[in-house]
Amino acid sequence: MRFYEFEAKQLLKKHGIPLVQSEVVKTADEAKKAASKIGGPVILKAQVIAPGLTAASVKDAADPAGAKTAAAKLLELDDGGRKPNGILVEARPTGEAVYSLSFTYDGTTKLPVIAASNMAGKIDDLSDTHPERIVRRHFSALYPFSDYIAKELAKSLALGGNDLKRMTRIVSGLARLFLKYDLADLDITSLVKLGEGNFAVLDVEADLEIEARHRQRPMLDELGFAKDDLRQVREPTAFELEGARIDAEDPRGIISPIAEFDGNIGLVIGAGGGSLTLTDAVRKHGGRPANYAAIGGNPSVDKARRLTKLVLSKPGVDKIAVMSNVVSNTRADLVARGVIKGITELGFEPADKILIFRVPGAWEADAAKILQKYGVEYCDRTVSISEAARRAVEKVG
Amino acid sequence: MAVIIHEDFQFIVQGITGREALNFTRECLEYGSKIIGGVTPGKGGREVYGVPVYDTVREITETQRVDGTVITVPLAFAPDAAYEAIDAGIKEIIIITEGIPRKDASAVVEYAALHGARMIGPNCLGIIVPDVCRFGSLGGPAVDCRKAFKPGVVGVMSRSGGMTTEICNALTLSGLGVSTAISIGGDPVIGSTYVDLIPLFEADEETKAVVIYAEPGGTAEAELARWTQEHKSRLPIVAFVAGRFMDEMPGMSFGHAGTVVNKKVDSPADKMRRMREAGISVAEEIGDIPNLVRERIGN
Repeated sequence: MRFYEFEAKQLLKKHGIPLVQSEVVKTADEAKKAASKIGGPVILKAQVIAPGLTAASVKDAADPAGAKTAAAKLLELDDGGRKPNGILVEARPTGEAVYSLSFTYDGTTKLPVIAASNMAGKIDDLSDTHPERIVRRHFSALYPFSDYIAKELAKSLALGGNDLKRMTRIVSGLARLFLKYDLADLDITSLVKLGEGNFAVLDVEADLEIEARHRQRPMLDELGFAKDDLRQVREPTAFELEGARIDAEDPRGIISPIAEFDGNIGLVIGAGGGSLTLTDAVRKHGGRPANYAAIGGNPSVDKARRLTKLVLSKPGVDKIAVMSNVVSNTRADLVARGVIKGITELGFEPADKILIFRVPGAWEADAAKILQKYGVEYCDRTVSISEAARRAVEKVG
Repeated sequence: MAVIIHEDFQFIVQGITGREALNFTRECLEYGSKIIGGVTPGKGGREVYGVPVYDTVREITETQRVDGTVITVPLAFAPDAAYEAIDAGIKEIIIITEGIPRKDASAVVEYAALHGARMIGPNCLGIIVPDVCRFGSLGGPAVDCRKAFKPGVVGVMSRSGGMTTEICNALTLSGLGVSTAISIGGDPVIGSTYVDLIPLFEADEETKAVVIYAEPGGTAEAELARWTQEHKSRLPIVAFVAGRFMDEMPGMSFGHAGTVVNKKVDSPADKMRRMREAGISVAEEIGDIPNLVRERIGN
């Protein structure tokens, strides 16, 4: 879950990490006022979440009038169907040296890791262009963070004297707040050493571990996160909201995630890795999925029925494919009954609407019996996911 | 020979009285696994399908040899259950529980490593050596499990539990069969990655090739590519990378918690390129896997 930069900076400020002077504003006029209060050239950052907006969301301004013009432009940005959540107006000091710091988990060692560079930027990009300018230091999520780890990192950045001591304090502070707030990623893409020797963080990106959102509720409340705000990269569509409602109203089984695409083949597919594989398989054979609706955890007849009706009611969708990997606990017969019920309630014949049904597993024989009765094309585990997807796509034409 | 588990492998189930645990305990017993105890605090003294239930792990380890444990307790108690098992001296730990924050997973893995224990998962289904032992909930009811997993020559490691069964089913249908299948888990931080486990397959005489199932997110595939280039492995590897459509949808998560494309190394395209460069056969479609394995082992 992505934080807006101004939120991430609130966390940093609370933990004594040095920042530049800044203000969050909502209008172009406020941006002008904030710029004159800060004085000198400023940088304006539209507060957005959708990926791919990094360049478009930032503008420099030489004076308050320029800040007003820039802010007006930035407020027009489309953030995945949302307006920017304000603009961060900040001082932009030039320093004598610049650094970047990145905190994340290393899946190879399974430990949290700090990467640092004496260049600004995202460590992920720098590791392609300047791997020799990056130093790394693992730490522990089991034991409390010790300052010497930060000191060793500062030393390997060739810092000494007061610089080493100041950098140690900053890195330690960030490592502790990274652990304390269950961050998944924390990127300080620009940390500048100012003329008088102090350091200040200029640019921050931070992501919360989504699985920790419940235990981090006090912090999220403090930042003003709404209870249901998951910081999706784009606003959910009406289709997706309705899917989530169907899922929430019946605890038997899970429909998640549900997403709307712009194709014409409705998908009711098994969850987890199967849903990824099936979506790829449909596309591989030239099909265009209309949606992503992964069902798992043994859904009830009613859940399958409501989901089927939702998918078939989407404009442009004429037929659905019901497919999954070989399942352990999902009852194929319940899925079959729910899907058929949904289709007949819409006034259609199941054989006209179901492209293919492939849910192999413990109840496949029972499902086959039901589907045969309605003349629906059914395949068992001897037909691969690729082949089932190919047949479905072929039928759509 | 097999990987991690064997005919005499004795294990316990922590959280044995939970709904899911009751199911897979019965399934494992029917499959022939040796489950010698279960743990649920406050329910000591009961029995589950003839398996005695205890309040603590130590009550079992003090009197019997316990080779492994399957942890399937509610989210908030999972790390504690793992620490209890590690401190009681258990060396093979499977965590089925989903949704454990990576900070907790990282801490448990570090603690396990300090005590010489191995952790598989979290968010995994466990291990099967076909017709010998099943350690976890992989494969569903015993009768279905026997259908999908037949003994053979291919080792399988998969980030998806469901796709472990799907791939093993395909290998079984093709006549190649499965030596050991491991559902390694779909989370961003898991106890054992491909690179941690592949030396075990390397040492297993039954295994002639390894199939991996990969997803977007994380560095495990890049790491496997590097390992393959650095080691002269006798094992050909065939990989399948799911979620290729996600390359067009940065920042969105589908499938598992670890499945998201934020960085370059997360992307299926990048994973496939790295693995191909390392000499790993990358299957275009899931149905191509058995034939690619045959080509590589010359069978």
